[in-house]
Amino acid sequence: MGGWAIAVHGGAGVDPNLPTERQEEAKHLLTHCLNLGISALRSNLSAIDVVELVVRELETDPLFNSGRGSALTEKGTVEMEASIMDGPKRRCGAVSGITTVKNPISLARLVMEKSPHSYLAFAGAEEFARNQGVELVDNDYFITEDNVGMLKLAKEANSILFDYRIPIVGLETCSAGAAATESPLQMNGLPISVYTPETVGCVVVDKEGRCAAATSTGGLMNKMTGRIGDSPLIGAGTYACDLCGVSCTGEGEAIIRGTLAREVGAVMEYKGLGLQEAVDYVVKERLDEGKAGLIAVSNNGEVACGFNTNGMFRGIASEDGFMEVAIWE
Amino acid sequence: MGWAIALHGGAGDIPLSLPPERRLPREDALRHCLNIGVNALKSHQHALDVVELVVRELENHPNFNAGRGSVLTSSGTVEMEACIMDGNTKRCGAVSGLTTVVNPISLARLVMEKTPHIYLAFDGAEAFAREQGVDTVDSTHFITPENIERLKHAKEANRVQVSFSRFSVSDINLYNTALFLSFQLVTLYMTGQIDYTQPIQKEVKVETHAADGDSQIGTVGCVAVDNHGNLATATSTGGLVNKMVGRIGDTPVIGAGTYANNLCAVSATGKGEAIIRCTVARDVAALMEFKGLSLEEAAASVVESAPIGTVGLVAVSPSGEVTMPFNTTGMFRACATEDGYSEIGIWSSR
Repeated sequence: MGGWAIAVHGGAGVDPNLPTERQEEAKHLLTHCLNLGISALRSNLSAIDVVELVVRELETDPLFNSGRGSALTEKGTVEMEASIMDGPKRRCGAVSGITTVKNPISLARLVMEKSPHSYLAFAGAEEFARNQGVELVDNDYFITEDNVGMLKLAKEANSILFDYRIPIVGLETCSAGAAATESPLQMNGLPISVYTPETVGCVVVDKEGRCAAATSTGGLMNKMTGRIGDSPLIGAGTYACDLCGVSCTGEGEAIIRGTLAREVGAVMEYKGLGLQEAVDYVVKERLDEGKAGLIAVSNNGEVACGFNTNGMFRGIASEDGFMEVAIWE
Repeated sequence: MGWAIALHGGAGDIPLSLPPERRLPREDALRHCLNIGVNALKSHQHALDVVELVVRELENHPNFNAGRGSVLTSSGTVEMEACIMDGNTKRCGAVSGLTTVVNPISLARLVMEKTPHIYLAFDGAEAFAREQGVDTVDSTHFITPENIERLKHAKEANRVQVSFSRFSVSDINLYNTALFLSFQLVTLYMTGQIDYTQPIQKEVKVETHAADGDSQIGTVGCVAVDNHGNLATATSTGGLVNKMVGRIGDTPVIGAGTYANNLCAVSATGKGEAIIRCTVARDVAALMEFKGLSLEEAAASVVESAPIGTVGLVAVSPSGEVTMPFNTTGMFRACATEDGYSEIGIWSSR
C-alpha cells in the first residue's frame, strides 16, 4: 500500500497563445490548491474531505470556470454544476443548475449526505441549499468581466448552435472570426481563444487507501439554459470506487458518450490494467473524435493524468515527494 | 442475426398478491406495446425509431410511471425525465424536469438531433420543447388520482419516519429499511381502509402491499436491435414517489439507467441511487467489452453485484439475444425475437 496522492485540474484544451501571465496565474493557483490538499492529507483528513476542500478553493478563485468565474449561458447568467464521489461505498452527490450557491461542490456533498437522493437540480437544488443553510450570493457574484467579453465573442462566432464537427465558415467579417483564423484549434465548436474549458476537479487517495473525486464547472460558454454537461454525471465527469478516483474535463458530450470516468475504473477492474495504463487506454480508445483530459488516483497511491487536447491545467503530488504543476505536454 | 426487442414497465417489490385489476391492465399494455415494436421491426424501421415509438406508447399508458401516470414530487407536481441512445454512433439525448411535454422520450431524441448538447433540464428543456413545437399539455394531464393517493400514503409514511430520524441514517439501505418499516407502521393507522379480520402481523403485510406494493415501480424502457444489427435504448420515468423537487434519478444519466453501444443496448430500472453508483447500464457493456462475457452473463453479473432489491434491466445484443434479469421481487417485462420467441412476465418463473 502506497501513501497519499493528489491531483487537481483546471480544464483541458488550452489556447496555445494564452498570455504568459495568465499561464503563470493558473500555475500559481494550481500550486496553491495542491499545497492546500497536501497539508490536509498530512493532517489526516479523509480523501472525501480533501477533494471538497480543494475544489471549494478552485471555485472561490475567479480564474477557472467554476463558482466565481463560471462561463455564461446564452442569456448571460451562470448555471453551475458539480459532483462528488466517495470511493469506499461509492456514495455520491451531484447538483446542476445552481445560480446562487457560493460553493456548488459543498452542496453536492450535502446532497450525498443529507438527502435520500444522489442528484438535485435547478429550483429544487436551490431550495435544498436554502434549507441546508449554505452560503448564498447573488448570481452577479459569479459573473466576471472577462466572461462577459468571452460570451460576446462566442455569440459573434455563433458557434455552439452549429454541429461542432462542421468547421465554422463565413466568420471573416467578425472579430471572433479573426480569432478563429489565428487559432484554428477548436473545442466544442468554439475557437479555442473563446472556449472556456477550465472546469475544475480534484482526485485524492488518502493514507488509508480511500479514493475520492470531485468536479465543478460553469459549463460551456454560450450554452443553452438548462444544459447539463458531464461534470455532474457520475461515471462521466466524476467517478470513484475502491480502486480509483477520476475527474474529467473537456468536451462534455464526448465524455458523457464515453462514460469516461467510469471507464478508468472499469478497465482496471475488468482488464486488470494499472492506473496509468488505464488512463492512457481510456484517452486513446474511449473518446472517438472527442477532446478531453482526466486526472486519476489509485488506492495504492499512484497518480496519473492523460489528455488528447492541446494542454491541460494540472497539478499532481504524492507522499514520496513528487510534485508537478504543468499546462502543456 | 435477427431483430429482437425487450421492454420493461419497472422493477421492484411487486407483491405476488398484486390484484388482477392492477396486474391485467399492465400485462395488456406490455403486450400491446410489444406488438407495436414487433410490427415496426418487421416493417424494417430503425431500432432507434422503434424504441422511441414503444416508449411513447408506454408513456401514454397511465398505469406506468412515465408520461401520463408519472408519480408526484413532494410538492404534488410531476417532473419527468427520459433518455435515448443509439448504439452504433453512441449519440444520445436526455431530458429532466419536464412538466408539460406529453412524450419526454421524443424531446430527448430532439435534444440528441437538434442541439449541440446531450442533456437539457427543467426550464431550459421546456423552452426547447416549445421552440421545437412538440405536444405540450397542462401539467395536470399527467396527474392520475392513483398517484395523488400514492403521494398521500408516502407523506404519511414520512411523517411516521420522523421517529427514525434520530438514528441519523446516511446509509441508503438503512434509509430504505426505515422507509419500509414506516410503511408497515403507517398501515396500522389506516384502519379505516381495511377490515382487520386476521392477526395483526399478517394483516400489516397484506396492507403494506396493497397500499404501496407497486407505488415505487413503473419506470418504462425499451431496447431493440433491428435486422441490420442497429442497437438502441430508451428509458422514461416520473421518478420516485414523494421525491424532492429537482431530484434526478438514474434514467437520464447515460451509463446508469440507459446505455447502448455496438455490443448491447440496456435500459435499467429500480432504485435510482443504487443504479447510478453501480453505473449499471454501462457496466453490462463494459463486462462484454473488457471481459468477453456474453450478454446474458454480463447482465446477470451486474444485477447480482448490485444490492438486492435494487435493479432490473432489459438488454439486447446485435445478434438478437435478449436478457431481462432483476434482483427485485418482480419486473414488468416483455420481449420478442425474430425466431418467434416471445415472453410477457412479472415475477421470476423459477
